[in-house]
Amino acid sequence: MNLIVSTISQGLIWAVMAIGLFITFRILDFPDMTVEGSFPLGAVTTVMFIQSGMNPELAMLIAFIFGNLAGFATAFMYAKMHIPILLAGILTMTGLYSVNLRILGKANMSLTKPDNIFNQFGLDKLPTNFNGIFLGIILLAIITFLLTVFLNTEKGQAVIATGDNETMAASMGINTTVMKFIGLMVSNGIVALTGGLIAQQNGFADVNMGIGSIVIGLSAIIIGEVIYPDVPLSIRLITVIIGSIVYRLILMIVLQLGFNTNDLKLISAIILALCLALPSIRAEFFKVFRDGVKTK
Amino acid sequence: MKPIMELDNVEKTIYNDDATLNILDGINLKIYPQDFIVVLGTNGAGKSTLLDAITGANKVTAGKILLNDKDITTENLAKRAQFISRVYQDPKLGTSPRMTVAENLLLAERRGLPRRLRSRRLKEHMPEFKEFISSMPTLDNRLNTFTEKLSGGQRQTLSFLMAIIQKPELLLLDEHTAALDPQTSADLMAATDRTIKSKKLTCLMVTHNLSEAVAYGNRLIVLKKGKIILDLNTEQKAKLKEEDLLEYF
Repeated sequence: MNLIVSTISQGLIWAVMAIGLFITFRILDFPDMTVEGSFPLGAVTTVMFIQSGMNPELAMLIAFIFGNLAGFATAFMYAKMHIPILLAGILTMTGLYSVNLRILGKANMSLTKPDNIFNQFGLDKLPTNFNGIFLGIILLAIITFLLTVFLNTEKGQAVIATGDNETMAASMGINTTVMKFIGLMVSNGIVALTGGLIAQQNGFADVNMGIGSIVIGLSAIIIGEVIYPDVPLSIRLITVIIGSIVYRLILMIVLQLGFNTNDLKLISAIILALCLALPSIRAEFFKVFRDGVKTK
Repeated sequence: MKPIMELDNVEKTIYNDDATLNILDGINLKIYPQDFIVVLGTNGAGKSTLLDAITGANKVTAGKILLNDKDITTENLAKRAQFISRVYQDPKLGTSPRMTVAENLLLAERRGLPRRLRSRRLKEHMPEFKEFISSMPTLDNRLNTFTEKLSGGQRQTLSFLMAIIQKPELLLLDEHTAALDPQTSADLMAATDRTIKSKKLTCLMVTHNLSEAVAYGNRLIVLKKGKIILDLNTEQKAKLKEEDLLEYF
């Protein structure tokens, strides 16, 4: 029971990151590798500032802003310097590794201060792991609400149009460069915020904790889409959250089956590859189902 | 009468490894209010480059472009969009597939205007949009349909409506019916002509279709190797027959 509660709690916290990734991956329609750097950036910034005596909320706000800056760097290379987006993201991610080491001063640091976001506002009085669930739900409610409201503004629609059809957007006078900056900055801000959350939940920050984070975020998005194929954008954000929880449950089951935790990243990658391949597998399956297997 | 747009010795040169190519080679053109100019030319004659030069999608290498006497040669696409709209040949290029018809119209209504951080007010616009698309039967009751679910003809009709929902100073049609089947193409062309006349629009239309070129518009120009080799006014165009055009191809 406790295992399931902790799994759901993890799923909810990681869902925050998946929502951030959704902005670039689905709305702007490109994969942004920056997150593998902005995620640990958020973690090290949050831990560093809390350790220096700052209150956790303020530390996370700064992590968010640092995430914005990481997004800015990628957007600058991509939208201004015309470096392909995949490469621009990898460049920022690689550069951030050193930045994160500089901020932390070493490869990892424990959170020794008593205050963190999980024991504020009376959250510590909740039973174990329920503080994560509670905090996750509150944060997700705020972020999905703000994002939905933004996407329904004129500016939000311009961001969607940029990702949907850049030629059309430009011919309608939308400054597509600015829209890419907005999307990348907000996205990486949210990802860095999640990095700060995870660091506080785990009690430490590590410069290597970003490895594979994009796979976790994408899995949540893709699983949400596989379970609920055709839904409007505002509901889509909720399916991402459900996808994130389902993904954690799948991982939990796999680990319960006795797989080694060292193989976790390999298993994550295989799960995501399977989910991405599912539409093709399904189509193939129905073809065989309909036509039968042809033999010469 | 003062021209809306004036192209003054416009040139577009590209440099290959060892050859230089003048895609536009000294184009002089005055477009007057309510002109409906048909542009003909073979592939590679410079038609698309001419449209790109006018919208600002592609900067010219020499010459000047004036809009209402104002030099806009260096202004970018986003800035010119306030005055110039364009319908593309490819039905995929003109609309946003994951948005509904109404959402697309809403985007188009603010063509060239700042995108503000305030509610888009979709519901409040619905009666106006319903009225607006009523002239185009193919889009009847389609306001809440996602554009990706529309046929090519419906998409092109929507692209056309998006180009005129906010009246442009100059409307550019880039073979906008060429990708459609003959009947749909003829229907859209007729609707286009009707709308241009009733809304008193100024239009530049590129086409490959000689009978369309003869039937529509009040002026006709033929482009060849980046030069205007024929420029017919209203009277000359009225006498024009399809056979007369063949010698230019």
